[in-house]
Amino acid sequence: MSGIGAALLNSLDIGLLLFIIAVGLNIVFGVLNIINFAHGALYMLGAYLAFTLINIAGMPFWAALLLAPIGVAILAVIIDRVLLRFIYSRDVADSLLLTFAILLIINESVRMIWGSGIHVVQPPQLLSGSVELLGSSVATYSLFVIVIGLLLLAGLWYLFNRTRVGRIMRAAALDRDMAEALCINTRMVVTGVFAFGAWLAAVGGVMAAPMRALDPGMGDKIIIESFIVVVIGGLGSFPGALLGAIILGLIHGFGGRYLPEVNLLLPFVGMALVLLFKPNGIMGKGASA
Amino acid sequence: MKTKVLMAILAVVIAGLIAVPWIASYFYVFIFTEILILGLFAASFNLIFGYTGMLSFGHAAFFGIGSYATALVLIHLEWPFLACLLVSMGASALLALMIGFLSVRLNEVYFAMLTLAFGMMVFAIAYQWRSVTNGSDGLAGFTLGSFGLGLDLTLANPSVYYHVVLAIVAIASVVLYVICRSSFGMILRAIRQNPERVSFAGLNVRTYRLVAFVIAGTFAGLAGGLIAPFLRVASPELLHWSMSAEPILMAILGGTGYFLGPFIGSAAFVLLETWITTYTESWMLVLGIILAMMVIFFRKGLLGTAIDWWMEVKK
Repeated sequence: MSGIGAALLNSLDIGLLLFIIAVGLNIVFGVLNIINFAHGALYMLGAYLAFTLINIAGMPFWAALLLAPIGVAILAVIIDRVLLRFIYSRDVADSLLLTFAILLIINESVRMIWGSGIHVVQPPQLLSGSVELLGSSVATYSLFVIVIGLLLLAGLWYLFNRTRVGRIMRAAALDRDMAEALCINTRMVVTGVFAFGAWLAAVGGVMAAPMRALDPGMGDKIIIESFIVVVIGGLGSFPGALLGAIILGLIHGFGGRYLPEVNLLLPFVGMALVLLFKPNGIMGKGASA
Repeated sequence: MKTKVLMAILAVVIAGLIAVPWIASYFYVFIFTEILILGLFAASFNLIFGYTGMLSFGHAAFFGIGSYATALVLIHLEWPFLACLLVSMGASALLALMIGFLSVRLNEVYFAMLTLAFGMMVFAIAYQWRSVTNGSDGLAGFTLGSFGLGLDLTLANPSVYYHVVLAIVAIASVVLYVICRSSFGMILRAIRQNPERVSFAGLNVRTYRLVAFVIAGTFAGLAGGLIAPFLRVASPELLHWSMSAEPILMAILGGTGYFLGPFIGSAAFVLLETWITTYTESWMLVLGIILAMMVIFFRKGLLGTAIDWWMEVKK
């Protein structure tokens, strides 16, 4: 029983972390209609900025959790205004190519600035112990990730369904021309949404930093995972992102414990199975060519 | 007139390529071997990207599988080189059929994500399946025996290997060119421009896209089979997505709208890489910047821009 309980909690913390990251990818796709290949690189940048703020500048974890994502969001505004503005009116292939180029640039920059070695970030004192839960000891930090994940989930739901800003974002996603006709500055919405997506990725990065070692390949891993999440759940669907993230979390939580030999392959098998029976994802629609 | 000029240029280029080992140093023999192999890799990618409009971020999977197949056959079976290449093509065709079956039915955005994810899946397998692939070190220590067909060639000699690569790449290119110019190739181009109309005309778009994907994968596998003896190793880096970025960049650099674009892109790419890596290790950074600039400002590539310029001058 305790084994299953621990695997379940583990699945939940992996799943909610993935949700934070994948939902950012999904929101950007929903409004801008582009898949941001550099999303994982922005997540990595959040983690590395947190490392610098905590280990080099000596700031507390909480300050890094606040500041690092803002830094990444500012960079995202620059990327949007300097590079992406050229290709919004073009074919979708160009946006894929350009964000891929940005991914290469960020990946190599991280390698140049922080080196290719591994860096470690310690969790804050308050969260570094473990607690007894469901008859087994659980890292306090895992519970913290779960709580923050649930808070962000509730916050995002509130933002999209109950606020004016959320309504504007949904309007821009549905019909940008119509939104513009209603005096909404869609250019600002586009930049804002791209920065918000980057902010979410970076929050995920800071949250992940004390759980995983930092290395220049960490962005690659997470972007693949995020793609699997949105393919399983359905591209552009908010509940889909949650469902996909939880499914992938369960695959990792239980697969890592009970099937360690094929652990790396399981997410792809899961994705292939969903594709065979639901090509548009479990909650998605209209992806067929 | 125009075709005559083009034919003349092509003949001079081919003659020059044949003469490389006699007029240039070993260093350039290696450079040109790499240009030819990567050019074939990029041309196979352009069949699905430039012609059919499918942007794959996992083309290195087929290139890498081709190199592993040749390395494995050389190590365990010691077959002639030509047989190794056929195994490489078969292995990558099979893999392309599996990945393509799951990917080609979805739209462009999904296709891009899926090819990337499946490409990295193959990378993960090569990385983890140590008993067969030797993990992160890759497969090395294989030697080329005979060529096959009863030809007596010393493949270990870089100049001989260069000529073998030149001949195989030339034959493969002609086959690819014939495919591109055939009615099948015309349908692929129609699919790129308007898939709805093609399916209204009663053609099964999904089947055409899958066949194009498998053909592209097969030729990428051939290129991979050629690169393994050249590098003397088949390593997971050949499967990584940064390897998938190379044919994308070459095709865009040369020009995706032209059959020879990827080859010109490959030449520019390899020469640039050789030159830049003498100054800095951050080749990927430069690659990213060039890709961004090409996409934003020179979408037609070197060849396209040059042809536009030539037309302008002639006016």
